[in-house]
Amino acid sequence: MAAEEASRSSPRSRREPKGRAPREDKYSVLLPTYNERENLPLIVWLLVKSFSESGFNYEIIIIDDGSPDGTRDVAEQLEKIYGSDRILLRPREKKLGLGTAYIHGMKHATGNYIIIMDADLSHHPKFIPEFIRKQKEGNFDIVSGTRYRGNGGVYGWDLKRKIISRVANFITQILLRPGASDLTGSFRLYRKEVLQKLIGKCISKGYVFQMEMIVRARQLNYTIGEVPISFVDRVYGESKLGGNEIVSFLKGLLTLFATT
Amino acid sequence: MTKLAQWLWGLALLGSTWAALTMGALGLELPSSFREVLWPLPAYLLVSAGCYALGTVGYRVATFHDCEDAARELQSQIQEARADLTRRGLRF
Repeated sequence: MAAEEASRSSPRSRREPKGRAPREDKYSVLLPTYNERENLPLIVWLLVKSFSESGFNYEIIIIDDGSPDGTRDVAEQLEKIYGSDRILLRPREKKLGLGTAYIHGMKHATGNYIIIMDADLSHHPKFIPEFIRKQKEGNFDIVSGTRYRGNGGVYGWDLKRKIISRVANFITQILLRPGASDLTGSFRLYRKEVLQKLIGKCISKGYVFQMEMIVRARQLNYTIGEVPISFVDRVYGESKLGGNEIVSFLKGLLTLFATT
Repeated sequence: MTKLAQWLWGLALLGSTWAALTMGALGLELPSSFREVLWPLPAYLLVSAGCYALGTVGYRVATFHDCEDAARELQSQIQEARADLTRRGLRF
């Protein structure tokens, strides 16, 4: 009894200078990039700002798939500016899938929580502290950003895009009853071991991959919390949602419907 | 059980109950007014479901939140970021 009390007030509870104190949480942000030379410095700047202001411990892992536009060069400059304990470069030779990018990134992640997001500024790092607070509040295994609930929303979508989005989400909710309002969103916080387990089980690609993660999470009884986010789409004008993508989305949805 | 299996079971259950009742297979003496409602019930339900879907999607599209403020804030933060990063030596 006396020995326990003595150890509780010992220096072990002070923050250790290197690595991570046993009870301190660290958040690893995985940023898969392809041709993000313009956006990468900006997203990193916003991430650093958000984490510094909120005081959470973090690292940013940039997984560049051999971008021809010089993304890697910019990433190296950022590493020099912010330090290699905050910015980790773990590039790959060529464009491989998102799932493998996450696996690759996680191998080098020293955090116990993983944040996945898009590097094109559609996801704003200011929501990350809200994700973290939500996670602590409900002790959730996953926190998912949603565009469809609360004051979540989108900027830059015309009526056609909004209709497609809502119809797709409606059909998904009816068929899969997933317990989360935004299934195709990719701005999420996961416990590291949860993400590892889920990636091992998922086989789809693209939008459907993100959907499958949530569906499998429910199957494994993981808890999911939601935080409304704003999604600023600056890319939509250049890359319209094509018939191809819609068809592959429906195929993926029906596959999940029939197999889970 | 997969979601597809759940749907098939549910439909089979409801379908067979409806069929049994409309064809009088259970030997129940049902008042004709009851049967008059029961017979077209699947069609009614289908139409109602369609209206519900249209109404829900329409409402959700109409109330889809447009994040004007977020876009503006992002723009000004981009300016700030570029200035700060240039100061720190980043070559864009």
